[in-house]
Amino acid sequence: MLIRVPKPHQPTEADVTDESLYRQRRQFIKLMAGAGAATTFSPAANALGWFGDDEKEAAAPRQILQFKPEPRPKDLVLTAEKKVISYNNFYEFGTGKADPANNAQQFRTSPWKVTIDGEAEKTGTFDFDEIMKWINLEERIYRLRCVEAWSMVIPWVGFPLAELLKRFKPTSSARYVAFETLYDPDQMPGQRNPWQGGGIKYPYVEGLRIDEAMHPLTLMAVGVYGKTLPPQNGAPLRLVVPWKYGFKSIKSIVRISFTNHEPPTTWNLSAPHEYGFYANVNPKVSHPRWSQASERLLTSGGLFDQQRVPTQLFNGYAGEVAALYNNMDLSKYY
Amino acid sequence: MQLLNSKPRLYFLKTVIHLACLLTAGWVFYLAATDQFGGDPVKELIHFYGMSALNVLVLTLCVSPVSRWLKEPMWLRTRRLLGLYAFFFAALHILSFLWFDLQLAFGLFLSEVVKRPYITLGMAAFLLLAALSITSTKAMQRRMGRSWQRLHNWIYLALPVIVVHFYWSVKAYLGEPLIYFAITAFLLWLRKEKLKRGLKRKA
Repeated sequence: MLIRVPKPHQPTEADVTDESLYRQRRQFIKLMAGAGAATTFSPAANALGWFGDDEKEAAAPRQILQFKPEPRPKDLVLTAEKKVISYNNFYEFGTGKADPANNAQQFRTSPWKVTIDGEAEKTGTFDFDEIMKWINLEERIYRLRCVEAWSMVIPWVGFPLAELLKRFKPTSSARYVAFETLYDPDQMPGQRNPWQGGGIKYPYVEGLRIDEAMHPLTLMAVGVYGKTLPPQNGAPLRLVVPWKYGFKSIKSIVRISFTNHEPPTTWNLSAPHEYGFYANVNPKVSHPRWSQASERLLTSGGLFDQQRVPTQLFNGYAGEVAALYNNMDLSKYY
Repeated sequence: MQLLNSKPRLYFLKTVIHLACLLTAGWVFYLAATDQFGGDPVKELIHFYGMSALNVLVLTLCVSPVSRWLKEPMWLRTRRLLGLYAFFFAALHILSFLWFDLQLAFGLFLSEVVKRPYITLGMAAFLLLAALSITSTKAMQRRMGRSWQRLHNWIYLALPVIVVHFYWSVKAYLGEPLIYFAITAFLLWLRKEKLKRGLKRKA
């Protein structure tokens, strides 16, 4: 567990937020992308990135959430909010890191339905607002380790997934939990156009073993930095599994199914030798194309303010989760 | 007349190339250094320099077909400069990977070059560009005689190798890499007779 030592003098969320700066910067980058392509005279440069890149109306403002705050840890520096909400992998909105923030602002997250089905005594389809009445929100400051060897420290707001799952009384044949992202090509350009969506299969699907899903660290997040999730971070409801690579933490969930078999997962379907079902963070198991031994921690700061830190087994949560994988060959079940 | 006019035009063209490349390289470096270049300025910078190297190399290989097509032989004289800038961006690409991404961990750099096929390929292409750049002077051209042209024909290998390096480096394959494959295929197809002759000589 993170060491929780409250420090009243430490900066609050508001101190690290600066939305106007972030928007200015986006303009800046766009300008540069144009200048860059123009100066290299190549029509193909960034051509794909220009599709649908018109500046759109800003999204509905993010709501302030009521939750039990987590004291700021003294051994971790939070990643600036503007980075958390502008540097995203959400291929439904484009494969570039800035694409989701640029293309998802019109994404409708209300009304939002979530279907819970499969091997459970109770099942059904529920309105997101109804689900929110069942649970109490709390803040969790987690490290997020991307399979691409960068990481962030993010203050999520959410509730333990177990709290939600237990309400449905999963049966003894519920051995896995499968998750599905919204499939709506009208709203998600990456689903409409495989060139923009990286050619992976949609809808995006993910899964956990039931004991992983029930683990107290496994979080259903509805907010970040004290406010509801922006679309690019997986609004209105996303998974956060802090000891696994980021792609396990599926976004904008519309379906949760209890299954008796290991469910298919999107990146595993796309490249099975590179992305396994488990995807536990492990410095000793390299990605076939790059080392996972260390990672660059994105906090804030430019080129001369970078930190490369050693990657920890289970992303530093081994104390809590290693027992889930006793007697398992982690290099075989990567 | 053509000859009289061409000198100032050539200088102008070369000045534009110098300014475009140097200002772009410097400007993105400034943005990245001051954290104004995306969520991860390091990765953005590395990718920008890498894509610029590829784009300028593509441009270099466009020079002779385009100048023939437009009957503008003067354009040919910008080709060496463009090739050198492709090498320049490739050098910045590798340097920023080593310095800002790996934080000058030379051991890790070497092991990545050996262990990761896409980095091995990229490095091979870089060494090739380095060899071409070093031998790009008129003096070297004179000294090497016929072997100079043979060496510089390796540029036709460098481009597909770099495109494969790009293709292998991305997480999902559909998209930009395929466009570059198409461009590469087209540029090599334009030179199919020359390449056929070259391959026959080797056989």
